[in-house]
Amino acid sequence: MSRTVALWVTVGLLGFCVLPWYVLEDGLWSFEWLRDGYPFDLDYAPGLFLLLQGEKLWLAPIPFFLLLPILILNASKRNPLFNWILCIAGGLGLFYLLAQGFSIGIRGWNAEIFTQTFGDLGDRQFGFGYGAMLVGAAFLFFLTTGIAARGVVNGDVFVVGSIGFVIGLVSLFILYPVLNMLSSALQDNDGAYSFSLFLSKFFSDKIWGLHCVTENRSCGVAWNSLILALCVGASTTLLGLVFALVATRSGLRQAHLLRPLTVLPIITPPFVIGLAIILLFGLSGAVTTFVADLLGTNPTRWVYGLPGILIAQMLSFTPIAFLVLIGVVEGVSPSMEEASQTLRASRWQTFKTVSLPLMRPGLANAFLLGFIESMADFGNPLVLGGNYDVLSTEIFFAIVGAQNDQGKAAVLAIVLLIFTLSAFYAQRRWLGKKSYTTQTGKGDSGIPASLPRRILFPSYVLVAIWGSFTLVVYGMIVYGGFVEVWGLNHSLTFKHYITAFDIGFNDNGIHFKGSAWDSFWTTLKIAATAAPLTAAVGLVTAYLLVRQNFTGKHAFEFGTMLSFAIPGTVIGVAYILAFNVPPLELTGTGVILVLSFIFRNMPVGIRAGIASMSQLDKSLDEASLTLGANTWRTFREIILPLMRPAIVAALVFSFVRAMTAISAVIFLVSAEHNMATSYIIGRVENNDYGIAIAYSTVLIVVMLTAVSLTQLLVGKSKTGRRVSSANAQPV
Amino acid sequence: MTAQIESKAASVEFKQVTKIYGSEVTAVDSVSLTVNAGELVTLLGPSGCGKTTTLRMIAGLEMVSSGAIFIGDKDVTLLPATDRDVSMVFQSYALFPHMNVFENVSYGLRVSKLSKQEIADKTNTGLELVGLSGYGNRLPSELSGGQQQRVAVARALVLEPQVLLFDEPLSNLDAKLRRQVREEIRELQTNLGLTVVYVTHDQEEALAVSDRIIVMRNAAIAQSGSPRDLYEQPADSFVADFIGEANIMEANIEAVDASNELATVRLGEMQLQLPSRGIQPGSAKLAVRPNRILLNQTDNGASLPGTVHKCTYVGNHMEYVVSTNHGDWFAISDDVDNVKEVGQSVFVSFRDRGPVLLPD
Ligand SMILES: Nc1ncnc2c1ncn2[C@@H]1O[C@H](COP(=O)(O)OP(=O)(O)O)[C@@H](O)[C@H]1O
Ligand SMILES: [Mg+2]
Repeated sequence: MSRTVALWVTVGLLGFCVLPWYVLEDGLWSFEWLRDGYPFDLDYAPGLFLLLQGEKLWLAPIPFFLLLPILILNASKRNPLFNWILCIAGGLGLFYLLAQGFSIGIRGWNAEIFTQTFGDLGDRQFGFGYGAMLVGAAFLFFLTTGIAARGVVNGDVFVVGSIGFVIGLVSLFILYPVLNMLSSALQDNDGAYSFSLFLSKFFSDKIWGLHCVTENRSCGVAWNSLILALCVGASTTLLGLVFALVATRSGLRQAHLLRPLTVLPIITPPFVIGLAIILLFGLSGAVTTFVADLLGTNPTRWVYGLPGILIAQMLSFTPIAFLVLIGVVEGVSPSMEEASQTLRASRWQTFKTVSLPLMRPGLANAFLLGFIESMADFGNPLVLGGNYDVLSTEIFFAIVGAQNDQGKAAVLAIVLLIFTLSAFYAQRRWLGKKSYTTQTGKGDSGIPASLPRRILFPSYVLVAIWGSFTLVVYGMIVYGGFVEVWGLNHSLTFKHYITAFDIGFNDNGIHFKGSAWDSFWTTLKIAATAAPLTAAVGLVTAYLLVRQNFTGKHAFEFGTMLSFAIPGTVIGVAYILAFNVPPLELTGTGVILVLSFIFRNMPVGIRAGIASMSQLDKSLDEASLTLGANTWRTFREIILPLMRPAIVAALVFSFVRAMTAISAVIFLVSAEHNMATSYIIGRVENNDYGIAIAYSTVLIVVMLTAVSLTQLLVGKSKTGRRVSSANAQPV
Repeated sequence: MTAQIESKAASVEFKQVTKIYGSEVTAVDSVSLTVNAGELVTLLGPSGCGKTTTLRMIAGLEMVSSGAIFIGDKDVTLLPATDRDVSMVFQSYALFPHMNVFENVSYGLRVSKLSKQEIADKTNTGLELVGLSGYGNRLPSELSGGQQQRVAVARALVLEPQVLLFDEPLSNLDAKLRRQVREEIRELQTNLGLTVVYVTHDQEEALAVSDRIIVMRNAAIAQSGSPRDLYEQPADSFVADFIGEANIMEANIEAVDASNELATVRLGEMQLQLPSRGIQPGSAKLAVRPNRILLNQTDNGASLPGTVHKCTYVGNHMEYVVSTNHGDWFAISDDVDNVKEVGQSVFVSFRDRGPVLLPD
């Protein structure tokens, strides 16, 4: 008997006969329905009970597809009937499930054409709930099991199932929302398709205008974003390179202190740097007032606009470039540099003709990363932008402002998407292959060439300036939380912390009185839910990419890494457009936040997984297979345990990223599910800087604790490598 | 100790098996071969000739592009590795670094859901067989290379596989250990009556351990036979040269006798009577092992005159290069006391059963 098929038939039947078919109004975790008329109440009834009561008759074919595989439960896998029946039951079942979901919505038929053909339905339905989800899963795995039985990927049920699962998730939560957004950009306000309207919106003056060249007006937002992103890409790459060189090639003992810098952008919510810049250079900023007093001039708002955003983004993203380039610089084989020097090249010539060209792909990579990050950044432009509009903020105001023009938001999102996707495509195209090749085991006994003087000294100066600036910025963040009113009254106070995080006691025990607690707990809860799911999806995908061969692997890889190039604001807009209506009714729930985190951060999990899996000898898997374990068992018993450090890293990383994210979140939060970052942004918009900064400090401390704890734990994990006595001494 | 490691040895048969990687690389080209139950067969050949690919197809780690594979009487062509009763000892040993020796060896038994007691018994028997009882609690990283190798062997053995595969098992060991380990492997194989397919590129190793050797070249089988057959009766100059060194010279077959067995061969001034091996009159090649060459002071009627061109003392024998009108000959002499000087003139002749005719 095929246990896989039996399992999924059971799951499907459970979904159809036991669990509520439609989405529950009170959210996934409420179990009110159990006491409230289940199983007959139409809102809570499972599919079976709906049909028995003569309701929602269009669900009737579904049990047929669910029961079909019972026919072949005892058939051998070699039996051609086996795979045909599974493929048909799964494929058609899935298709029918989705088709009915998309065709019939809360107002009956979703499309005019159905009403004309079939007449008025006189009924309606809500979004998929537990029941429908389980049935969908069952259909998906019928299909993959059937495909596996046809001999795809050596007939491996686990691998084909995982591939199908990831493809399903990516299609549903990345491709569908984005395509849906494209289609809504093509519609006018009445829902009719109009390509000319789209073109006129797309090429509007507001987006592409070039007034800044000729007159004293601002250019279109697309140009603003592009100029900003180019500047940020170039400057962060340069700074990152300088830092990487100093960290690895200067011979300076303190150079290792630079490494912790790489943690900063991870634990800092993106707009916090912007806040600090305001405290320093804003109208009532410390530096501004100091300089104004000194020169006897009036303080200006110079920092609002391009200069401010540029500074903030440079501070935020240089560590990312550093992280990329430190690997690249270390990857340049010292023996090549030594070879060059024995051929009588000077240090400078060696650097210019050997080291630098070898780093070129890495430099391009860092540039593109900086470019994409800058394009996608939402927090800094929001707090520092002034009149300098960029795409990401413009999208936001199109949706939440007085305009509430979803079509416009969609068009802007498409422009933004085109930029980031082009950069992403360029990166994959030129460098994709190179980015994974790491220096491996082969000993290279050379000593890295030390830097030529003319590079070394300017580098030191830059690093020193940047380092002290970063210290000042973070100092401002901590200090700013204790200041009464910035710019007016600089006396120290705990006021902001008390307002935000006050704790009282009442009859029920501890009472979290502070205004920030709600969003704080929600954030922790949602981040903690999203982290393991992100890590799991990421690692499974990484496993498929590194260890399995199947047709369409390149497309699969592109699809899964795609979300990296989709800015958060775009995801935000796409999600509210796609998940506001059945069959997937998610807006206003915590689920939509969790989903957005999973798919925004999935590439991080994938990269962590790929990096660590590439270091695992493939013969370990093969040994396990020849010893009679199947792929699932091999994955569980060999690969997962050996990847523990990567798993922990992915967990922490996605947790922290979920806590600091803002761009997608700001579209998706609701009164019930408010997140820390959107709460802070709200304070900033009310000019309530004190609380905003105090809260940010708390977040940074929480995340710093999380990251340090993990590093401690992972650092101690038993790797099974022999520790030579010399290494055992702490150095 | 009650558990016994037994042999369920089965034969392996390839029928016209081809493996093509991507669309370009033909790693194995229409190979048919048979390995009998209880036999140790070595796949020997230069790097890249398709040995590992052949082995991995037996294991089920690669799927054939065309052809069929039988283990015992069962067609396993479409079965993946998990479902084949074949174990493999990897070149890198592939011990699971997060499991100790006991857990490594018992892994396959646990997967096959044996009882706790059985697992423990079999694992201990396996460890005893390879001389590692008492090492169960060590991590692989706490063992020497030779010990790791034995753990890998034990791990494969305890499953009592129908076929046991070795991919260059000695390549990570130092020279001294190699001889010892290869003898241990051979002993285990004969004692337990296992079917073993063994891959190596080292001809000496192959000659030492095998019941039968299959020499591969460019994705195909060049020759298969017992070590002695291959050494003494190579089918062509590739095999002659690959297995042991050989002087391969142009020669001319003047006539073949009526029974088609003896050929009259001319090599310069020399005329020889040799088994014809089915080769017809005309030009042919002659292969002579260096230790089958005699260097005499006098002409015995069937010899080539030449001069010593190089002379090297390598401890237990002498190596000479002798120039004649008919090419340079590489010869080995056990006589390290009467050394021939460079420039000295000598006569080259062959021992009985020395030269072998090869097709041109
Ligand atoms: N996974 C693979 N993809 C593409 N070509 C391969 C792969 N594995 C082996 N080859 C090619 O197949 C040929 C035979 O390889 P292999 O069986 O490993 O040789 P051997 O073990 O005899 O050295 C080689 O040319 C090798 O480059
Ligand atoms: Mg090989």
